Amino acid sequence: MSEFEPKIVSFFCNWCTFTAADLAGTSRLSYPPNIKIIRVMCSGMVDPKYVLKAFLNGADGVLIGGCWPGDCHYINGNLKARRRVALLTELLSQYGIGPDRLWLRWIAASEGTMLKEVAEEMTAKLKELGPSPLNKTTTKVA
Amino acid sequence: MSKFIKLSFDKGGLNTQLSEFFSDMLENKAVDAILAPMTQPKKGVMQTLVTTKENLSSIDPFAPVMPVNSAKIASSLTATPSGKRIGMVLRSCEVRALVELVKLKQANLDDTLLIGMDCLGRYENTDFLKYQAKDGSSETFIEAALNGKTESDGFDVAGACKICEYPSAPNVDIRLGIIGSGSGTLYIEAVTEKGEEALTKAGAKFVDAPSGRDDAVKKIAAARTAARDALFASYREETGDFDALDEKLAACINCYNCRVACPVCYCKECVFVTDTFRHKGEQFINWANNSGTLKMPTDTSFYHLTRITHIATFCVGCGQCTSACPNDIDVMPIFRTSAEKVQARFEYQAGRSVDEPQPLSVYDSDELMEVTGQVK
Repeated sequence: MSEFEPKIVSFFCNWCTFTAADLAGTSRLSYPPNIKIIRVMCSGMVDPKYVLKAFLNGADGVLIGGCWPGDCHYINGNLKARRRVALLTELLSQYGIGPDRLWLRWIAASEGTMLKEVAEEMTAKLKELGPSPLNKTTTKVA
Repeated sequence: MSKFIKLSFDKGGLNTQLSEFFSDMLENKAVDAILAPMTQPKKGVMQTLVTTKENLSSIDPFAPVMPVNSAKIASSLTATPSGKRIGMVLRSCEVRALVELVKLKQANLDDTLLIGMDCLGRYENTDFLKYQAKDGSSETFIEAALNGKTESDGFDVAGACKICEYPSAPNVDIRLGIIGSGSGTLYIEAVTEKGEEALTKAGAKFVDAPSGRDDAVKKIAAARTAARDALFASYREETGDFDALDEKLAACINCYNCRVACPVCYCKECVFVTDTFRHKGEQFINWANNSGTLKMPTDTSFYHLTRITHIATFCVGCGQCTSACPNDIDVMPIFRTSAEKVQARFEYQAGRSVDEPQPLSVYDSDELMEVTGQVK
């Protein structure tokens, strides 16, 4: 039986984490293809609806990548994102989507290696957790 | 220190006393208008804006009904200031929702005199008409409710009221107190300087504070808080996953009544009625193809969850959402349980203070470190 491959919908900030993913690529680092990247202009523009929709449509995890505090291209978008993630965590936990499935990470443009590590870490964590309860397309591996 | 006025009334005389009190306020220009629940010419009780004292005779603020949460009415009256001072008689949940709207800049308290009333609960609108038809009055309700009996011939006060921790309205200028005031007595309390000024202008004679009021309020609040905790615990137990949530929302028809009734659903235009959710026929077919089936209308739990993300920090627990549901879905616990967690996370309490910033309107670089768990 094939191993469960989690689907991780990833919203990466154009200025840092997306660039880090680019750097990882040009540095020939390989990271798990479970990360499905959506480029956004700032982690602060990740509407909680995007996260909800991803989970409702069966994503096993959502990863939001933003700039380190103090480095935001738009001054404070990442800090707003952090408050929204805290809110979403409180809401989703009640319905079985724990904080292990919704990650916010600061990954600077220069941190290609960290991007690889975070992608690996999250993929491993979700393999351990198994499919999201809302993921109706993956058959559970016994 | 609060100052008090004592109003004594004979059986059936509460509203007459209140009508005289508010007449004095209008006559002495303590306010230019009064917004208060009034018996309507045909039937029922609704908030009514009164500018002449002759029209105050049908006032009935303690009628156990709240057709709408008046925070929204207060918003219509004050978002664009009228320049007139309005005394608004509101329940605790209405005042607390109004505080949130003020912070959202959708209402303004500058020309407003907030008159909060003790609240022992409200019946659903149709139940209230039944209560009236059986000669139930505000006074009979108050008397029974103060003895712990709100149930009446097969109906009871709204579920939200049974778990409301705020029988007495916070953040008001004046308070109409019936809890712990003794039978046949109503105390009017000047809570703020603005309130005292208005009462003085209306010709008030201040008396000593009623003894035992604070304890009586605390006792009711404690009982309701315990009921709240029990309800939240059983709700959380029942709904540990999305399937359980779907089951709760199974009868939802996406009418969006709950958000229309919600006093703190603040968007001018709800995203769920915009083009974002107006899909092409082909799109629905594609979705149906994913698993061979698609429940219509779509996006039901998505709508409710989105509403939670919008109002969780502001929910005051008035229960108008549940009252507005045409299919009798008890949505209030869905919103209130999440609101409790979210407000606790941000150490915020909806309606507590006009000066406290709303959680999603501020941020700090050295906070919530546990979200990312990263330290540079």
